[in-house]
Amino acid sequence: MKGLFTEVYAILWKELISGLRTKEIITSVLVFGLLVLVIFNFAFEPGTSTRETVAPGILWAAIAFAGVLGLNRTFAAERENSCLEGLMLCPVERHVIYWGKLAASFIFILLVAAIITPIFLVLFNLPLFMPRLALIVVLATLGFASIGTLFSALAANTKARDLMLPILFLPLVVPVIIAAVEATGLVLDGRPWGDMATWLQIMIAFDVIFVIVSTFVFEFVVEE
Amino acid sequence: MNHRATSSADWAIEAQSLSKSFGGNRALTGVDIKVSRGDWLTIFGPNGAGKTTLIKLLSTLAKPTGGSARLHGLNLTSEPAKIRRMLGVVTHSTFLYNDLTVNENLRFYGRMYLVPDLERRIEEVVSQVQLESRLHDRVGTLSHGLQRRAAIARAVMHNPSILLLDEPETGLDPHATTMMREVMDTLNSGDRTVVMTTHNLERGIEIAGQVAVLHEGSIVYQASKKDIDAAGFREIYDRCTGQG
Repeated sequence: MKGLFTEVYAILWKELISGLRTKEIITSVLVFGLLVLVIFNFAFEPGTSTRETVAPGILWAAIAFAGVLGLNRTFAAERENSCLEGLMLCPVERHVIYWGKLAASFIFILLVAAIITPIFLVLFNLPLFMPRLALIVVLATLGFASIGTLFSALAANTKARDLMLPILFLPLVVPVIIAAVEATGLVLDGRPWGDMATWLQIMIAFDVIFVIVSTFVFEFVVEE
Repeated sequence: MNHRATSSADWAIEAQSLSKSFGGNRALTGVDIKVSRGDWLTIFGPNGAGKTTLIKLLSTLAKPTGGSARLHGLNLTSEPAKIRRMLGVVTHSTFLYNDLTVNENLRFYGRMYLVPDLERRIEEVVSQVQLESRLHDRVGTLSHGLQRRAAIARAVMHNPSILLLDEPETGLDPHATTMMREVMDTLNSGDRTVVMTTHNLERGIEIAGQVAVLHEGSIVYQASKKDIDAAGFREIYDRCTGQG
């Protein structure tokens, strides 16, 4: 078990170091996310009911599309110097590679969301302290990262990989986005925990399903 | 070097009728090779002979479409994870991350192979490939030759008992080749078995214990170095590959 953690940690450590070195990825993803927020902010009149209605959708559109940009890099970086082959030569089960990559993608998207969300709250004149929104962000991010990591591996082996990932990823992640948007709407409306329970359960269910299925399917995606 | 194995357990690599097809294209057609523990087998062959495909099969990166192979008695297709632990592989690609330093790359692979006493081991392998002064440089900033030496350090980090080298000197300038040869001369130490593919007949024979010629997906010649005349091997090679 210690070996498993060492191997997952090794991949996570490598991804984080690499991500920090290539600052252009995190920078471009953040700039993209912030642009989406700012454009939508100016598109709707402050204080109008329309603005309040679409606010949750704007937040999740920004996080989802910024997340796709980042996920595209998850396995694209492994193509350099055939590093994916080096990774495949390591004496680890394939799901260990998936878990390491998943952990890195999760942290990456969470970091993007952690920067975008407070700015969204400020732009839309909402209170900054929202622990329930933080829970939604964590659950939805896990859903994005779990299925996004799998499809990033799949798309990395295709010629049109930059196009392929959103085409494969977004339709599948729609249930998570819908649940996140609905739950966020309820939080912004100040509704009690009980009202958002269903949406939280949907997100938890999809997270569990995505992680388990991807763990088993990953081997077939990366093997010859 | 030990050239003659007495029982199946003595073979480091034992492949029978190993085949590989890509769609209708047959890259390997029934390759039989046996390499005893501690031996160095150099496989020669022209471009497209199937050398890289053979290395990919033996390294578990590709699955054979026919035949079987055992590495130290382990089945290539049913026990790939166990086989990977005892394999070191150097190919045209370095498998190194350009954004990480040599040290960080070695640390990463060392962790993946659960190498004990990692710091000491990194020092050892870096010293072996003479890269001490560039240990903390990013791989992307190193020359082609230095990257290839770093790749060897990566491949031997976990002290593999079998080393697969796929044209390790290809693309290197004469100076880098000389330095690479100094490094390669240290690789066959102890009980380590080495399989190397190359175009370079002189160098390949010089370092080998056994030689083989792969042509159009088949081993068409295999002999112990002591049984052949190195000077006359060019003629054998040309005849085997239809160039004579």
